[in-house]
Amino acid sequence: MIATPRPSRNQSRSVLLNASGICKHFGDFTANDDVSFSIGEGEIHALLGENGAGKSTFVKMVYGLLQPDSGQIEWRGQPTVIRSPQHARELGIGMVFQHFSLFQALTVAENIALALPPGESLADLADRVRRMSAEYGIGVDPDARVHNLSVGQQQRVEIVRCLLQDPSLLIMDEPTSVLTPQETGQLFDVLRRFSEAGVAILFISHKLEEIRALTERATVLRRGRNVGTVDTAGQSSKQLAEMMVGDSVGDIAGQARPDGQTTALLEVASLVRPAGTAFATPLRQISFAARAGEVLGIAGIAGNGQDELMEALIGEWRGRDADVIRIDGVDITREGPSRRRQLGLGFVPEERNGHAAVPNMTLADNALLTSHSLGRVVTRGLVDADATRAMAAEVAGAFDVRLPQENPMASALSGGNLQKFVVGREISKRPRVFIVSQPTWGVDVGAALSIRTAILDLAASGSAVVMISQDLEEIFTISHRVAVLYDGALSEAMVTADVTPERLGLLMGGSAAAAGLAAEAQA
Amino acid sequence: MISLTPRKEIPLTLTLMTPLVAIALTLVVGAAIFGILGYDPLAALYQFFIAPVSRPYQVADLFVKACPLIIIASGLVFAYRANVWNIGAEGQLILGAMAAGFVALTWPNLPGPVMMPAMIIAGMLGGLAWGMIPALLKTRFNTNEILVSLMLTYVAVLFIDWTVRGPWRDPMSFGFPLTPMYADAALISRVELPGIGRLGQLHWGVAGALIFALAAWFMLSRSILGFQVKVMGDAPRAGRFAGFSPAMVTIMVMGISGGAAGLAGMVEVSANIGQLQPDISFGYGFTAIIVAFLARLNPLAVIIAGLVVALAELGGDSAQIALAMPKVVTGVFKGILLFMLLAGETFNRYHVTFSLPHRARMQGDSDA
Repeated sequence: MIATPRPSRNQSRSVLLNASGICKHFGDFTANDDVSFSIGEGEIHALLGENGAGKSTFVKMVYGLLQPDSGQIEWRGQPTVIRSPQHARELGIGMVFQHFSLFQALTVAENIALALPPGESLADLADRVRRMSAEYGIGVDPDARVHNLSVGQQQRVEIVRCLLQDPSLLIMDEPTSVLTPQETGQLFDVLRRFSEAGVAILFISHKLEEIRALTERATVLRRGRNVGTVDTAGQSSKQLAEMMVGDSVGDIAGQARPDGQTTALLEVASLVRPAGTAFATPLRQISFAARAGEVLGIAGIAGNGQDELMEALIGEWRGRDADVIRIDGVDITREGPSRRRQLGLGFVPEERNGHAAVPNMTLADNALLTSHSLGRVVTRGLVDADATRAMAAEVAGAFDVRLPQENPMASALSGGNLQKFVVGREISKRPRVFIVSQPTWGVDVGAALSIRTAILDLAASGSAVVMISQDLEEIFTISHRVAVLYDGALSEAMVTADVTPERLGLLMGGSAAAAGLAAEAQA
Repeated sequence: MISLTPRKEIPLTLTLMTPLVAIALTLVVGAAIFGILGYDPLAALYQFFIAPVSRPYQVADLFVKACPLIIIASGLVFAYRANVWNIGAEGQLILGAMAAGFVALTWPNLPGPVMMPAMIIAGMLGGLAWGMIPALLKTRFNTNEILVSLMLTYVAVLFIDWTVRGPWRDPMSFGFPLTPMYADAALISRVELPGIGRLGQLHWGVAGALIFALAAWFMLSRSILGFQVKVMGDAPRAGRFAGFSPAMVTIMVMGISGGAAGLAGMVEVSANIGQLQPDISFGYGFTAIIVAFLARLNPLAVIIAGLVVALAELGGDSAQIALAMPKVVTGVFKGILLFMLLAGETFNRYHVTFSLPHRARMQGDSDA
């Protein structure tokens, strides 16, 4: 295979798959409504849309897992009914799912052999894997045991498994959601090589920057309908976002920032927490103050003490020393979550399912979860069901939570909708101090925008917000000051506008000294 | 491949039909088994389902049999909803009966209005105290409440045995392991129905059991206490986030379920036996576990489930007496009935699909 330059965006390549007028209904719900889509040989084509826009439904029909109610799929110009995944693979369509299906105890070669027709010896297969791995720079060792591999490596095993079946179209469902930035970069290199070798790639994502970096064209779905197909190079992320969301996306950067002289609402002084288990990070002398009117960002790579800090702030873990955590000057170090809420704190932990919300309970019960100590809904030990229901409905209305039915189970909501609910549940109580971890993790563009706007509005109304986030873009977009959590220790808070991403990156990597030098050089 | 997917909506007719179909299937399978074993199937089924409820007084006795089951299961529902596995209701029942017995035997001259409440409270405290042992060991030392509560049952059995043979034995009992009879004020009286008079063994404890189940349902569905229990069982981390203490909930539900079992022990002795003896329970504490799950951990359904299980017990007795059927055969039939009801419950909640297995699943198709 001769490495050719990345193919240009002309449409002279022959069309590999062409779907037109695809409709799919589930009961009353229309998942796909007259969707058309076409991909050429060797093309990298993005399928873009919010959660619930119908992306997965569409590719499941292409992969034979679902049958369209109407419409037609042409494969290499021939009208084709794709009966099953088996049939799809015979045609040359492979798919890598968001969740892996590998046996952890087996080797890579053994895992791959299980998916292939029998007859080939493991040694031969291992050789093929090695050759393919070298050819595309995939870096998969066929003899490695899967449980020793990182998530990114496991994904590559899945890719190799698809590739050995010699597909001409590879579907990848949100492949980067589990990868680090470095692994994402490596994946894109590999995918580009496939594309040069003539394999078409259908890439599902809602991350706009990635789509602009990797793909040539993008087809945008919104609420099951085809919004259009565009050349990604000619679009800004904002334009793509507008196509996805449908509304004009406001620019939330550049809001008024408070001056540095407002009062500190939340003060943390020398918070120390020993590691509870072998996997936990101890907290080392954490001190910070969150002032009225500001969003204090706490940046850092996952696993540097975010969970431990969040538990200490919520009060799920409590230390023995006095005067470590104070709100409005009141010592709350030894108070539990209920008392802290009474004093005006609001919390949204990172994990929605099972921490911020109970999946098997209704939204009304989930509203009760964080308001039972605040009076109003509980009198003499009895729950006022009408009041909790009204509270949930109010939150849903104010924060645009789309409900499949009245008062649904939390598990019936999509991730983004549930996140809007748990954030809205706290913000609607107008907390004096709002502490939120990963507010837009796994949330689509439209929901992320409304959550960030709500956080900024809350700060503007005079509350203090502490936002723990691993998303640097988010930190830079909405936090007024930023501190970095590394190995359980927190850096000095800095005014975000004065910090470069490079310096923050160095702090996140633990090079405080180098970060200091970078700051001096900058000065 | 057989796969179960939860039904989004469960139609009411299905919910009503399910137990009927389950019972019909039990009749068919049971008749076949009886036939194979050489019994007249119709006569056997008559003994199981009709004979125990063919006269009004027998219906009353069915309620009497179900009474301890309903009380205990109503309490166990709290523990199981909170994912706390109290298997030791039998032992808690015995301790409750002993504590109530202590009151009745120590102060036999207490007037009725004092005696009855004192015994009820003592019974509940006795069961509660026995339940506190596994609860505190769990919260303090993280022991397994299943093992501790179960083992404590055997301790309780031996304890009452020693007590009625030793310190509490009636000197006039001719060497039998029995305490003196309770005073009249310490006995739960039979219900006198207007115009009918007494109906079988029907006693006021039955009314108490029904009220108890209703109160349990109200607590579980309407109170913040019930909410805590449900949250802790469903998502313990969310419970801590809400500000609930896992240790407090464990202690609370062990206290409620232990107290309920103790109350059942008190009622059982005061209504049916009138004195303490080595055997005061017929495994009610264990049978109630089945009742609680048959009722899908809903205290209102516990009433119906308690009656169904009690019917199976009485039907088994009746078949043994009338047809000389061995106890194991009646046990098998009871097993079939419970199996069918629980299986029907599963089909009610899940949609079942059959498909041929194919290698493609390896690829993770089912993940999509």
